[in-house]
Amino acid sequence: MTLVVFAFVFWLVAWRMNVVLANSAASKTRLIKLVVPIIFGFTILVVWELVVRGLSVPMVILPPPSTIADTFLAKLPILWKDFVQTFVKGALSGYLIGCTAAIALAILVERFDFIRRGLLPVGNFLAALPIIGTAPILVMWFGFDWHSKAAVVVVMVFFPMLINTVAGLSETTAMQRDLMKTYSADPWQAFIKLRLPAAMPFIFNGLKISTTLALIGAIVAEFFGSPTLGMGFRISASIGQLALDMVWAEIVVAAIAGSAFYGIVAIIEKGVTFWHPSQRG
Amino acid sequence: MRRSFLPIIVVIAGLLAIWYAAVVPMNIKMALTAAERSGIAVTPVGAKERRDRSAMLLVVQNTFAIKDTFALERPRLPAPHQVATELWNSTVNKKITSKRSLVFHGWITLSSTLLGFAIGTGLGILLAIGIVYNRAMDMSVMPWAIASQTIPILAIAPMIIVVFNSVGLQGIFPKAIISAYLSFFPVVVGMVKGLRSPDQMHLDLLKTYNASSTEGFWKLRLPSSMPFFFASLKIGIAASLVGAIVGELPTGAVRGLGARLLSGSYYGQTIQIWSALLAAALLAAALVALIGLVQRLTLNRMGMS
Repeated sequence: MTLVVFAFVFWLVAWRMNVVLANSAASKTRLIKLVVPIIFGFTILVVWELVVRGLSVPMVILPPPSTIADTFLAKLPILWKDFVQTFVKGALSGYLIGCTAAIALAILVERFDFIRRGLLPVGNFLAALPIIGTAPILVMWFGFDWHSKAAVVVVMVFFPMLINTVAGLSETTAMQRDLMKTYSADPWQAFIKLRLPAAMPFIFNGLKISTTLALIGAIVAEFFGSPTLGMGFRISASIGQLALDMVWAEIVVAAIAGSAFYGIVAIIEKGVTFWHPSQRG
Repeated sequence: MRRSFLPIIVVIAGLLAIWYAAVVPMNIKMALTAAERSGIAVTPVGAKERRDRSAMLLVVQNTFAIKDTFALERPRLPAPHQVATELWNSTVNKKITSKRSLVFHGWITLSSTLLGFAIGTGLGILLAIGIVYNRAMDMSVMPWAIASQTIPILAIAPMIIVVFNSVGLQGIFPKAIISAYLSFFPVVVGMVKGLRSPDQMHLDLLKTYNASSTEGFWKLRLPSSMPFFFASLKIGIAASLVGAIVGELPTGAVRGLGARLLSGSYYGQTIQIWSALLAAALLAAALVALIGLVQRLTLNRMGMS
């Protein structure tokens, strides 16, 4: 019980600290902006640890963070293999294929106004559907290995990517297109120099949304059948064994992979669309 | 909308045509095996011979089998009309209390979706208000709320179901929790943006009226957040539905659309999978359209659209 009281006290102290930091004169500096959320996250971990230990919550309900960290370090080789199977083979290859195909189709289709007007609403509609439900079908078609996971990812990222690219490619104003004409640019030059760069913020928006979708698709598809390997397989198998520390360790991997993937795409975006107002600020 | 009516029809017709065209090569091997078994001459003879042949070649060699590919009982890819028939049979022609009725399964999924969506949205709005009015909360929570969007949180869905099961909670509630946390973060992020959308000029105007901060909230911040609110509701409800469907998987195919998907994939009932998928798609579309309708009515009434 003392641990729970201690958790409460720790929470109060940390919160007080954050209030002081957030309202201090230095609150606009980068350091404070970084420190405050870190204190908050750390506090949650400490409170979680203390409450779980203090109330002796059984392991099969909620393991404390320290146990999860131990499992994470001890099972690193297994986690790495799962990561390669699900992320590198399944999610990443599907992401690359799906995004390339969607961008290519968008560029092809964008020249025909008629198709574009039909494709945008239909694409918007399809992007809002629970596409993850195609997972059992694709697992049936492409087998249990990573190919079916990549296929699920392709289907999942395709439509968000398509509508973003099509929307981006029609982003230029008449004035800009006229300028290109006064330069006597041929259609190809106008595309490379004007329309494609103008579409980049939209394309990257789609690419960023797709990073999360890719990981979700690859993990959930494994719930429908997989070799004895992979993050989704490990999650469902460990749940069966009530090894929740392993499940949480996989979730840590998924979280790290997801944010790193997103972060890398965001860094590339910064390099490509450095001219855009949202990147200059 | 009128202007794009014809293009939409053409695109949908194109998709259906691709679907029909794909059915033939996808199912040809199965159809040929069935035809051979019933004594029809097939080139080349024997399923083993045909296994490594390209599907296109087989179609050309056995043109008689093309119509069979649309009528298999467990096709690799069912034709659109087969799925539509199955959907019709399992919704309209079945009593809604029947275990085979998609209305029954759809309702199971829908009820936990809506419950979770309501919880998630409510909590999301509360947190957004806290973030907007409390600087410490903003700086502590907001980065995590944004970061959580990049994490595949759906992965913990099976664990939530099993953990709640072991505490004795079953049925609608654990699934609703998953739906709730999937819709929670989009609503928080959208609402924070919305509640901050009034510009300085408007906020200053309220100050000259000597409005309290509560009045400022009800008369300025909340109304001007509405477009953002509805945009995040649309994302949230779609995410909630996905959450409820995935939440039905680990309990092992009992009830709900997710269970239909899973049992279909266990028993190779492809038509059942496709019709459950189509039902889920229609449900998602209906929910998003409903929110869109409320949005239009509300914004019209507020004079914002």
